[in-house]
Amino acid sequence: MSTVTPNLAVKYPRTRDTGGGDPPSYGGGNGDDRGNSGASDYGDRLRRARLGLVIGLTAVVMLFVGFTSALLVRKGLPTFDQQTNTYSRDWVPINLPWILLLVNTAVLLVSSATMEFARRDITRQAALAPVKSIPGVSLGDESRFPWLGSTVILGFGFLAGQFLVWRVLHERHTLVNSNPSSSFAYLLFATHAVHLAGGVIALTWAGATSLLHRPVESRRIVIDIAAWYWHFMALLWIYIVTLLLIAG
Amino acid sequence: MATTEIVHAHAAPQGFIRKYIFSLDHKVIGIQYFFLALTAVWVGMILSLLMRIHMIWPNADLPILGHIQPETYLSILTMHGTIMVFFVLTTAPQGGFGNYFLPIQIGAPDMAFPVLNMLSFWTTFVAFVVILAAFFVTGGAPLHGWTGYPPLSAMQSTGPGEGLGADLWITSIAIFCAASLMGALNFITTTLDLRAKGMSMFRMPLTVWSWFITAILGLLAFGVLLSAGILLLMDRNLGTSFYVPLVVVNGQIMGHKGGSPLLWQHLFWFFGHPEVYIAILPGMGVASQLLSTFSRKPIFGYKAMVYAMLGIGFLGFMVWGHHMFMSGMSPYSAFAFSILTMGIGVPSAIKTFNWLGTIWGGRVRFHSPMLFAIGFVSLFVSGGLSGPFLAQPTLDIPLHDTAFVVGHFHLIMGVAAIFGIFAATYYWVPKMFGRMMNETLGRIHFWFTLIGTYAIFMPMHYLGMAGQPRRYSQFTEVAYLQHLIPLNKFITYCAIITIAAQVAFVINLFWTIFKGPKASDNPWEATTLEWTTATPPPHDNFGGHTPVVHNGPYEYGVPGATRDYIMQNDPATPLNPAH
Repeated sequence: MSTVTPNLAVKYPRTRDTGGGDPPSYGGGNGDDRGNSGASDYGDRLRRARLGLVIGLTAVVMLFVGFTSALLVRKGLPTFDQQTNTYSRDWVPINLPWILLLVNTAVLLVSSATMEFARRDITRQAALAPVKSIPGVSLGDESRFPWLGSTVILGFGFLAGQFLVWRVLHERHTLVNSNPSSSFAYLLFATHAVHLAGGVIALTWAGATSLLHRPVESRRIVIDIAAWYWHFMALLWIYIVTLLLIAG
Repeated sequence: MATTEIVHAHAAPQGFIRKYIFSLDHKVIGIQYFFLALTAVWVGMILSLLMRIHMIWPNADLPILGHIQPETYLSILTMHGTIMVFFVLTTAPQGGFGNYFLPIQIGAPDMAFPVLNMLSFWTTFVAFVVILAAFFVTGGAPLHGWTGYPPLSAMQSTGPGEGLGADLWITSIAIFCAASLMGALNFITTTLDLRAKGMSMFRMPLTVWSWFITAILGLLAFGVLLSAGILLLMDRNLGTSFYVPLVVVNGQIMGHKGGSPLLWQHLFWFFGHPEVYIAILPGMGVASQLLSTFSRKPIFGYKAMVYAMLGIGFLGFMVWGHHMFMSGMSPYSAFAFSILTMGIGVPSAIKTFNWLGTIWGGRVRFHSPMLFAIGFVSLFVSGGLSGPFLAQPTLDIPLHDTAFVVGHFHLIMGVAAIFGIFAATYYWVPKMFGRMMNETLGRIHFWFTLIGTYAIFMPMHYLGMAGQPRRYSQFTEVAYLQHLIPLNKFITYCAIITIAAQVAFVINLFWTIFKGPKASDNPWEATTLEWTTATPPPHDNFGGHTPVVHNGPYEYGVPGATRDYIMQNDPATPLNPAH
């Protein structure tokens, strides 16, 4: 049943491809590097965690794709008015506290910057760790700015700012069920806040790994992933604000 | 056997709880998913039995339940559909077998993120408990069907089950979405990043491809369903009007206005149609694997099979509108959805042709797993052929919401996928539990189930064409349906016999697990990596080593080889002196 013609000159039977012969040097996923040093293992783990993060963020993107398409469809829908017996659009543009939102955006962007510094700091530490481990070698005491702690504080600051936004909306009698525009604003803000709160928990965990004296490479993975997640949250926030600005 | 040392992701657990309950081992988690699905399928099956009994004896007084009211019938219908789609067809093939065998088949010691994997299972378990709880709250389970169309599903006062029961239903779906997304993340990362040396993408078994593509579909679809579910919960509990227009319920004007029930339908079916492939793709992978193994022939057109699955997955996201032909959509949109839907026939036909090409001229071994794999192909064809009927708006308009649709989707999505699960069970239980299943019981189970399911669902096509509507709790008093009552009785009798035959399967399974004859490491003389390791596999799958892959997954009948199959990790096999 073979598709391969036997050849007497061939010492070993050829197998069909899907690829016979030697294993490809390019493929083989991550298994190629197994059994090497611990540093290589951390490299694998970092790559795997980043890949997992990208895939996880795809799910978050799809969640917001669902919300966005719902918003655009709902905004364009005509609704029947019983009093006039006509169809009209019931979407009333939402009056958001833009100054406050601008401040919150600034806080989040600054936190993204501090997070990036934290990520670069731990990357450098991880890179220098093998040098530091050589007996007799010292790089001196470096005074480090608590980038991670700053990010957590700014994250809480953003959430507090969002709470203020909701208070302002409440005072303006713009409630979740006042109009579809306000429903979407509350929905998008709340969903983003929940995701950002998850990021704050991740950052707190990253800080805890430092206290728990985890290996620097291990901490680097946690902080690296948290940092990219945090940047994504900033990007997502800008998207939400832009969406509400254009279509809200 | 060429191997390299590996470092396992986590040490073997010692205590009972860490070993069997909150285990990080993908194999234990796979078995947990399997038994969760087995529990769910019995719940779903008993519900279907209640429906069938009620349909032909609507005034019967049943033990415990008494007389089934119309609203109770709708609750049973809703819960049957939801439990079967989510907790059986999505859970068993992907969560169960995918979890257990994907890492082993690519030569990995575990999933990429074992903790996430454990969380994924327990989240699914919570979702199952939450949905079962809907039976026991005031008003009972919801009655809006598994598709949950608003406005019925979007307000508390539309029916007895639409109070807390419906909230629990939506919450359960939302939790299930989260669990599935965690699972999909793990499956995709593991496939891309943890393949053993030599396991290139085109050396992966087709089962792995099917789990991988299913995970991608899940990743893209469940997020959208989650968004739709959140909006529905808000409409129900916060007074928003995403889905609910101005409606009057029991003479009372409700507080909503301006929403669109069709918005839900679009979002739901954007998930719902890929969900069909989430259920059936793993079955396709298993059928491919088994047809090749038991025919002792390489799979016919390996790459075509992969591209066909990718094509089905891709097209699956572009055809959701064919569930909405009756919604008043533009005929131009309907035309586009119709053409795209019929386009799915092309990759489906490629797969069917290749399955037949695989067994053609093979030395077929008719063991129970092979019987179920052939049954899968049969049901896939039978159920699939009515697809192009329903894909055409002109035909769908009279057939929509009739028993024709029930027959169609049960054959293609329900029974075909279940046959995939059965095939996988008979094939892999020896590896999972180290014991062989009873062949005689397996054959009895197969023939009763094959004939029984055909006898149940084939006549439904006729019932639909004769005008029998679906979802109606009682039609025995309707004049134009009188002549269909005998056929409905026949279907119910067949359902009772077919469900009874499943007892043979359960007895066989549990007898095998505890008392079955010991299985060798490779009882089917198969080639993929799970058959290269011990039975059952050790904690790290390959006993401290990881295989190096040299061959494709379906090297059967290779000329010049010493035996009729070459394992994936076999280095070049010396030439048989006879050649």
